[in-house]
Amino acid sequence: MNHGFFEKNSIALLVGILIVVAIGGLIEIAPLFMLQSTIEKVQGMRPYTPLELAGRDIYIREGCYNCHSQMIRSLRDEVERYGHYSLAAESMYDHPFQWGSKRTGPDLARVGGKYSDEWHVDHMRAPREVVPSTVMPGYPFLAERKLDYDNIDSHLTALQLAGVPYTDAMIKTARADLLAQIMPGSEEAKELLKRYPKAQVRKFDGSESTEPTELDAMIAYLQILGTLVDFATFDAAGPNLR
Amino acid sequence: MAPREEAVAFSHGMALLTAVVGTLVSLTLALVATDEVMSFHAILFALACVAGGYYVALHPRKGGPEEQRTYMDGPIKVATIAAVFWGVVGFLVGDVIAWQLAYPILNFDQPWTNFGRLRPVHTSAVIFAFGGNVLLATSLYVVQRTCRARVAGYWAPWFVVWGYQLVIVLAATGYVLGVTQSKEYAEPEWYVDIWLTIVWVVYLLVFLGTLWKRKEPHIYVANWFFLAFIVTVAMLHVINNLSVPVSLAGTKSYSLFAGVQDAMTQWWYGHNAVGFFLTAGFLGIMYYFIPKRVERPIYSYRLSIVHFWSLIFLYIWAGPHHLHYTALPDWAQTLGMTFSIMLWMPSWGGMINGLMTLSGAWDRLRTDPVVRLLVVSVAFYGMSTFEGPLMSIKSVNSLSHYTDWTIGHVHSGALGWVGMVSFGAIYCLVPWLWQRRGLYSLRLVEWHFWIATIGIVLYITSMWVSGVMQGLMWRAYDKLGFLKYSFVETVEAMHWPYVIRATGGLLFVIGGLLMAYNVWRTVRGDESVDVADQPSVAAAPELRLGTLAAPAE
Repeated sequence: MNHGFFEKNSIALLVGILIVVAIGGLIEIAPLFMLQSTIEKVQGMRPYTPLELAGRDIYIREGCYNCHSQMIRSLRDEVERYGHYSLAAESMYDHPFQWGSKRTGPDLARVGGKYSDEWHVDHMRAPREVVPSTVMPGYPFLAERKLDYDNIDSHLTALQLAGVPYTDAMIKTARADLLAQIMPGSEEAKELLKRYPKAQVRKFDGSESTEPTELDAMIAYLQILGTLVDFATFDAAGPNLR
Repeated sequence: MAPREEAVAFSHGMALLTAVVGTLVSLTLALVATDEVMSFHAILFALACVAGGYYVALHPRKGGPEEQRTYMDGPIKVATIAAVFWGVVGFLVGDVIAWQLAYPILNFDQPWTNFGRLRPVHTSAVIFAFGGNVLLATSLYVVQRTCRARVAGYWAPWFVVWGYQLVIVLAATGYVLGVTQSKEYAEPEWYVDIWLTIVWVVYLLVFLGTLWKRKEPHIYVANWFFLAFIVTVAMLHVINNLSVPVSLAGTKSYSLFAGVQDAMTQWWYGHNAVGFFLTAGFLGIMYYFIPKRVERPIYSYRLSIVHFWSLIFLYIWAGPHHLHYTALPDWAQTLGMTFSIMLWMPSWGGMINGLMTLSGAWDRLRTDPVVRLLVVSVAFYGMSTFEGPLMSIKSVNSLSHYTDWTIGHVHSGALGWVGMVSFGAIYCLVPWLWQRRGLYSLRLVEWHFWIATIGIVLYITSMWVSGVMQGLMWRAYDKLGFLKYSFVETVEAMHWPYVIRATGGLLFVIGGLLMAYNVWRTVRGDESVDVADQPSVAAAPELRLGTLAAPAE
């Protein structure tokens, strides 16, 4: 065909461009939504508790993803440094994903439980007092800021619309659940644990106050990362082997 | 041909109506907003609408036969100045965060000064504010000249240019105040995304409308690239930014996609922000400004056709190379790697077409630093489009990924290719747009060229060292079979490369300041200090002496 056709007809050029640039995306992206094997079948994954979700929102707000990945690659040194390589299932409720692209700091996909709450509290306030040669900025303001959770239920509603399996009951109790997670031993905390198994219930920032701070939310989020999937029942060679 | 009277009245009325509706919508939003940033942004938006409406009301469109007789250069001038301004801002913020990585005390531990919030300010400022304004200016300039037609629309081109500046201000202030979607290079929240979509659709219509008015039978090759850039960026932007707002009166939203699908969509977008925003659009610049400046035709017409279609077809597949060895299925990783390697060929085809256009005019490289900027940019393009396919090979990527090697690679493309070709185009455009006999000082361009080049070399080499070193340290084992280095030991090792990188960045900022000074003096109309040394093509077309070859028109 004579190329003059495209050069003399702007609509033909436009349509030609659209067709040519659509193909790659269609072939690479569309199957990911349709192939069952894309996301492994695992035990233990659940949506974030309201407090963890609020912490995740702060993680995004402060741009932590600019320096920390949450994706352990299937390479020997990474698995030995960080733990089991990350599964697609582990981020299936992450809107948006937080895999990151740069490790100025270490990977955080399995940071949950690696350090104590006290370590996180000190490290967030003044990172170089804990790790002298780190280049991480300090986040002393997180401990001082009260968490704004008035409309946490509408956050859950938005995620439900996007496909996260929050039930209507979870949305209804979202604010109570958020408070319950910093009140160990309470009735509400027991209810929370029924809805969100493996949730960690305590006052994370170490203060006496019953009001949740932004630091509570952030540490609650960090401490759950990578701890949900039950690897005892996960069979990498099973039907999800890629 | 004079526009009809009804059309003039309609265009004037629509401009006013848009301003009024925009003001009302944003004032309502300011009142019902659920967070402070939304009310702040709504007020900014309302102010912009009021300013726009006020200007339109005071300058009613007159119509008449005079209106369509000349090219419309006003919006292009605004975009050119904006490009210089945002360029300096973007380079400066980049250098500040580079020093923060070397000396973390510079974060000051305040929310709005920490690295995490400033890094998107840097990336958006250089890619979308600097690069975007260069593309707006050059595309609207080139499409008019190569179609021999005045740009379509009367208020629409102004709307595109000023609307785009508003996107930049909303995005940047949002990041500093903690409003982000956290998808790299697509950080602005849902309401800014919607506004950008509106601006972008008008941009597409203005560009297409100008093509429709053309007096040349053929659409020139630079316009194919500009059109592909505009259309594809629209597609990428809309799909990658699909999200569910928490409230229509609040800033926060959640991406419609999650996990692996979200990652794939994001890097399909992210790599093609490189492929179509920073490559296809800037190749449009190459295909116009190099032949114009050296007064030679494009080396090969056939190569342009092959270059164009193969580049846009292959680029769109390359995204998964950002996700090697992750939870993305292997078949997608392999596809991404294969197409990334194939992409080397059209990239170098384009480089050859640009470089060989100098055939018979290589001496210009010695006498005209503007040509040198344009040509060295194409050389950097060749280098980074060789490095890219190399890094997309899975085994190489296992070393380079997550390290500064990626950062160095990005900057050899961004500083070397996008930056240098933009500087070359700006130095061409400014005397042409403001009717000057030449730049205020060609000597300063020479200084800009060398300072920026040395800065880039320091930047890239230090990032190679720190990237490869860190990648090797992460995977090093001692003789007992344990990992040899803790993570923080690898951070310590990067201190001096970081200092060198930040120094290189500082040189690049200084180059940008020299350009801003030179542009300012030229625009102001100061007598050029070395006009005798400047080629005749440096002058505005109306002011050139003698006969001219005009290959690209």
